[in-house]
Amino acid sequence: MSSRFRASLLFLGAAALTLAACEREEHHSRSKPIGETVPAGSSPQTIYPGGSVPPALDARAKLFNNNANAISMGQTLYQQMNCVGCHSHGGGGMGPPLMDDQWRYGGRIDQIATTIAEGRPNGMPAWRGKLTEDQIWDLAAYVRSMSGLPSKDAVSSRSESMSGPTPQTLTAKPQPTNSDAAPQ
Amino acid sequence: MTRRATAILPLLLGACSYQHYQSAFGNAAVEDSQFLILFTIFLVVCVVMYVLVMGFMLLGFLRSRGAAEANVVETGRHHHSHPLMRTALIGWTALIGVGLAALAIASFFTDRSMAKAATGEKLSITLTANQWWWDVQYNSSDASKTLRTANELHLPVGVPVRITLASNDVIHSFWVPSLAGKQDLIPGRESDITIVPKRTGIFRGQCAEFCGAQHAHMALVVNVDSYPDFIKWWDHQLQPAAAPTNPVTLAGYEYVTTGPCGACHNIGGTPASGTVAPDLTHLASRRSIAAGTLPMSEGNLYGWVEDPQSLKPGVKMPTIGLEPGQLHAVVAYLETLK
Repeated sequence: MSSRFRASLLFLGAAALTLAACEREEHHSRSKPIGETVPAGSSPQTIYPGGSVPPALDARAKLFNNNANAISMGQTLYQQMNCVGCHSHGGGGMGPPLMDDQWRYGGRIDQIATTIAEGRPNGMPAWRGKLTEDQIWDLAAYVRSMSGLPSKDAVSSRSESMSGPTPQTLTAKPQPTNSDAAPQ
Repeated sequence: MTRRATAILPLLLGACSYQHYQSAFGNAAVEDSQFLILFTIFLVVCVVMYVLVMGFMLLGFLRSRGAAEANVVETGRHHHSHPLMRTALIGWTALIGVGLAALAIASFFTDRSMAKAATGEKLSITLTANQWWWDVQYNSSDASKTLRTANELHLPVGVPVRITLASNDVIHSFWVPSLAGKQDLIPGRESDITIVPKRTGIFRGQCAEFCGAQHAHMALVVNVDSYPDFIKWWDHQLQPAAAPTNPVTLAGYEYVTTGPCGACHNIGGTPASGTVAPDLTHLASRRSIAAGTLPMSEGNLYGWVEDPQSLKPGVKMPTIGLEPGQLHAVVAYLETLK
């Protein structure tokens, strides 16, 4: 066996290994099997006084962290469930901003999921029972992505849903009827 | 042989009831008739030209055997050629010109008459496409008459209807072959289409622009009624949902309005007031579930409510995992929404 042949064999093997690494993520569309296959961890606390060690990350986290589908589904839900109403598009308003590095109740995905599911004082409603567990984790994945925490290949380059008003060329032009609104 | 034919005949007649359910030859609206006329003109012109070309080619094959002066045309010196050949070539060129002009003029006038039909609007509907269902809103100057429903379009026969088309996510396309279309629904833009239905019937529409995993399961049932029937339908749809009357439907009502269903779905007259999923106020009066995915029936409702993700994988409605008792109650309640 010539050394040239051996080198090309080695190259082919390396290429095959590289291709095998291309699997990006799994796409889960049903919520039940996830709950069945991955047990839910205990709901994490947010303060660990006296140097106590925080518990290990919830086992479900690896299904949603850095998962492009979860992040984009979460983005759709974020608008549909009117999170925008208080948190704006991450900049905050009545609710705290979500795109900065401050996490009052923890920035781990399981902590965010708990915040969404259970609600928090001063206005954050509990979504348990309104959204499925899957949807809450999707939302948590998206909320986490607002601070740029997931890797760049998982986040979407465009919004899942359209926002913004109808272009002015297409808006209706109702004729003013009262006398003080004379045509200009 | 005769017996076999008599056995097949009823089957063929049976197919007639679904004739033009989804067919570009449905001829069920003014727009489709105009398209049909245009199609016929195109067909006739193209068939005539095709037959002529093929005929001359065959003639050429037959004649070329032994004809030495066949190269005369290629030299380009037509005045040396046979006078008959010269006339034929000029005639052929003229025929192509006339044919193309006829096609251009025909399509111009079809376009014009369709634009003219669009001006006399009598009914205004806003149709918003979503992945993968149709949100239908009947507009009225009287706000209390504005009606929101989903996946089913009811039109009065003979009344020009202007449908404003919009999309909430990706590009879809409105296509009811028996009536009109196609017209794209583009996110961030508004387009419109006018339909003047010519006869009553039930027709099937289909999204005609690939829009994601469940593009094939994005159908629209179009029900063309007489005008009095249409008004009756509209008045009925404006009614709030019927109140639950027995313990089972009451339990279903409680779950639907306080649980996850109401976060996305709207049921008129109840606290369920989500706007991101199809309106369920008169769900049981519709012909299909999930944008034409399944026919409306008790069994299909059970299947759909329990596990939509296995019937229409990827659909935005999640599999909630209802307990059997909850499922019975929810389906019993949904069935009362006539």
